[in-house]
Amino acid sequence: MNERLLTVEDLRVSFDTYAGEVQAVRGVSFHLDRGETLAIVGESGSGKSVTVQTVMALNPMPPARIKSGSIVYKGRELVGLSDREMDAYRGKEFAMIFQDPMTSLNPTMKVGRQIAEGILMHEDISRQEAQERALNMLRMVGLPNPELNMVRFPHTYSGGMRQRIMIAIALACNPSILIADEPTTALDVTIQAQILELMNGLKAELGTGIILITHDLGVVARMADRIAVMYGGQIVECGSADEIFYDPLHPYTWGLLGSMPSTGVRREGKKLIAIPGTPPDLFAPPPGCAFAARCPHCMKICTQTPPEQSVTESGHYASCWLLDKRAPQVEPPEFDIRKEGGRDE
Amino acid sequence: MSDLPLIQVRELKKYFYPKKGQVLKAVDNVSFDIPRGTTLGLVGESGCGKTTVGRTILRLYERDSGSVLFDGIDVHGVSRREYKALTRRMQMIFQDPYASLDPRFTVGDIVAEGIDNHGLCATRAERTEKIYRLLEMVGLNREHASRFPHEFSGGQRQRVGIARALAVDPEFIVCDEAISALDVSIQAQVINLLMELQGELGLTYLFIAHDLSMVRHISDRTAVMYLGQVVEHAETDELFTNPLHPYTKGLLAAVPRADPRWERSRERRLMTGEVPSPINPQPGCRFCARCPLATDECRHEDPELREAAPGHFVACRHV
Ligand SMILES: Nc1ncnc2c1ncn2[C@@H]1O[C@H](COP(=O)(O)OP(=O)(O)OP(=O)(O)O)[C@@H](O)[C@H]1O
Ligand SMILES: Nc1ncnc2c1ncn2[C@@H]1O[C@H](COP(=O)(O)OP(=O)(O)OP(=O)(O)O)[C@@H](O)[C@H]1O
Ligand code: SF4
Ligand SMILES: [Mg+2]
Ligand SMILES: [Mg+2]
Repeated sequence: MNERLLTVEDLRVSFDTYAGEVQAVRGVSFHLDRGETLAIVGESGSGKSVTVQTVMALNPMPPARIKSGSIVYKGRELVGLSDREMDAYRGKEFAMIFQDPMTSLNPTMKVGRQIAEGILMHEDISRQEAQERALNMLRMVGLPNPELNMVRFPHTYSGGMRQRIMIAIALACNPSILIADEPTTALDVTIQAQILELMNGLKAELGTGIILITHDLGVVARMADRIAVMYGGQIVECGSADEIFYDPLHPYTWGLLGSMPSTGVRREGKKLIAIPGTPPDLFAPPPGCAFAARCPHCMKICTQTPPEQSVTESGHYASCWLLDKRAPQVEPPEFDIRKEGGRDE
Repeated sequence: MSDLPLIQVRELKKYFYPKKGQVLKAVDNVSFDIPRGTTLGLVGESGCGKTTVGRTILRLYERDSGSVLFDGIDVHGVSRREYKALTRRMQMIFQDPYASLDPRFTVGDIVAEGIDNHGLCATRAERTEKIYRLLEMVGLNREHASRFPHEFSGGQRQRVGIARALAVDPEFIVCDEAISALDVSIQAQVINLLMELQGELGLTYLFIAHDLSMVRHISDRTAVMYLGQVVEHAETDELFTNPLHPYTKGLLAAVPRADPRWERSRERRLMTGEVPSPINPQPGCRFCARCPLATDECRHEDPELREAAPGHFVACRHV
């Protein structure tokens, strides 16, 4: 049943800039199965976008450089493939939707044609057939009046409609992996709900594997089967959605979950709980745990040696010295969600 | 200090004319006050005119009609010189962190733009010190000052925009999706910072966002827009606990919760239908195509914004 689509192993990506080497991704490993949604959350600037753009081979090199690691898609190694060779995968096997659909749509080309061109690039079918497929895609993403909408220009659509067109383009070649980087950040929650429903439908019907990057933990709770938490260029914790929300292991995850404003209460001097301090300098990442400088539980060893990965029986893992047998017992803080989650069961 | 609201917006209209014979009513008859030292939250569908409201208040767009008073000063009526003085007191944090930062300048120079324009720092050292302090305030570090915007992630760029707005010590800030690209911990940090500045210096904010829980946290009053118009406007707690307009109700019901079990068990009622185009809008309530309560009357006559409960305004004839 669990058909492995993608395995990323110890991926390291740097940018060579005037000021020096920015170590944006520092040893990231994860996998994605058919018909599952992996959410990637974490610190802004922690390397989420760079990671998935590397999988898509979208980072211009230079300045970007894959220092090491492997990306295996259905048994085939992708690292080292030429741009030409990658073209066979991009758009066909993997497709990506971005936060801002307008920057990725061609403003001077009618929508139907844009979808059809995308199909023609990858498949040897007639223009007529491609047009028909495009029409079908628009129908599938729930755009009303698809015949009429085929001949409109992107700027005449609202944000929600554009995002659906992006999804239609992304799905036109029936990719096995859909990568969505902040796909609904620019939309109101009613349109967001429609888009998320659409993505879940695809997953169920076509078995698409989805990698979803978002800061909205509500969206994550709604969509994710598994969650990877990134900090400072690394995945610091990874587990099922329930494990991450109800039983998080890493102090950064604790901090993240604790920062949310609790639903149903309002300010009156109420401060949100932010994680104090600033993220690590990726020019010179710390030798030990990347989170050490901001971690309330930091021990001496944390600043010296990178923590090893501790894995539970179910496969939930985290990299933190607190999980070492010799470390003192630390109770995770109480979160609102846990109480709510417990109650609803 | 007077009791006069710092910001008074009256019957503001801003239209665009995309093509001959087309009028796009981006902001159509919007009125509200923002008292000094308070925050007005502004929410609504993508494309409903929130950014245009913010930009027109600051006169980054010329209005078509209506007025904006800032501290009693007619923003759209003053001379160029007087306007320049005003730009120091009013700032905007722009929505698009990609487009709003000039790629040719270092982050330090971008942050210092207002400082330089208004001659706020006497010496080079003072300027550098101020840049560092601002970067740290928004959770970046000083090494970032010498780097260029394209080397930054979305959230990092957004913080540069926040530091730039704070640099001139403004009294009023339009925060346009100022935190949407940030992770929740940094969101919390920025929200705390904005609220602290408000407590200490009495800053006034127009806070535009899609994230309703943050709006709820930071706003004293909240206004909901739909296709160029304010459809509901109330004290924040009142709006969130007792929403009246069918659009507001749909909006609040669709908010996802950071709780997987709750999300799996929740009953989903999706609001259907598309947001109609703001180009050449038909008369009648602009929400009627998606509204479960719509009747023939709704389709023909504009509903008026009326006071349904003290301080709670709503534009719907069926509530
Ligand atoms: N072209 C570039 N040159 C130099 N550094 C870069 C470049 N692109 C990204 N970086 C750096 O790589 C790191 C990771 O960036 P990335 O865009 O992956 O972050 P992210 O996790 O997606 O953040 P966000 O949530 O803010 O989008 C950041 O510290 C960023 O400054
Ligand atoms: N400079 C412009 N020229 C023409 N039309 C414009 C311009 N700026 C905005 N519009 C149009 O005005 C309407 C309101 O846009 P605005 O950007 O204010 O919406 P918004 O509520 O901020 O949306 P979002 O949540 O997506 O940021 C939209 O239909 C938009 O297409
Ligand atoms: S390894 Fe140490 S510093 Fe890092 S998260 Fe764990 S306790 Fe904190
Ligand atoms: Mg990103
Ligand atoms: Mg906007």
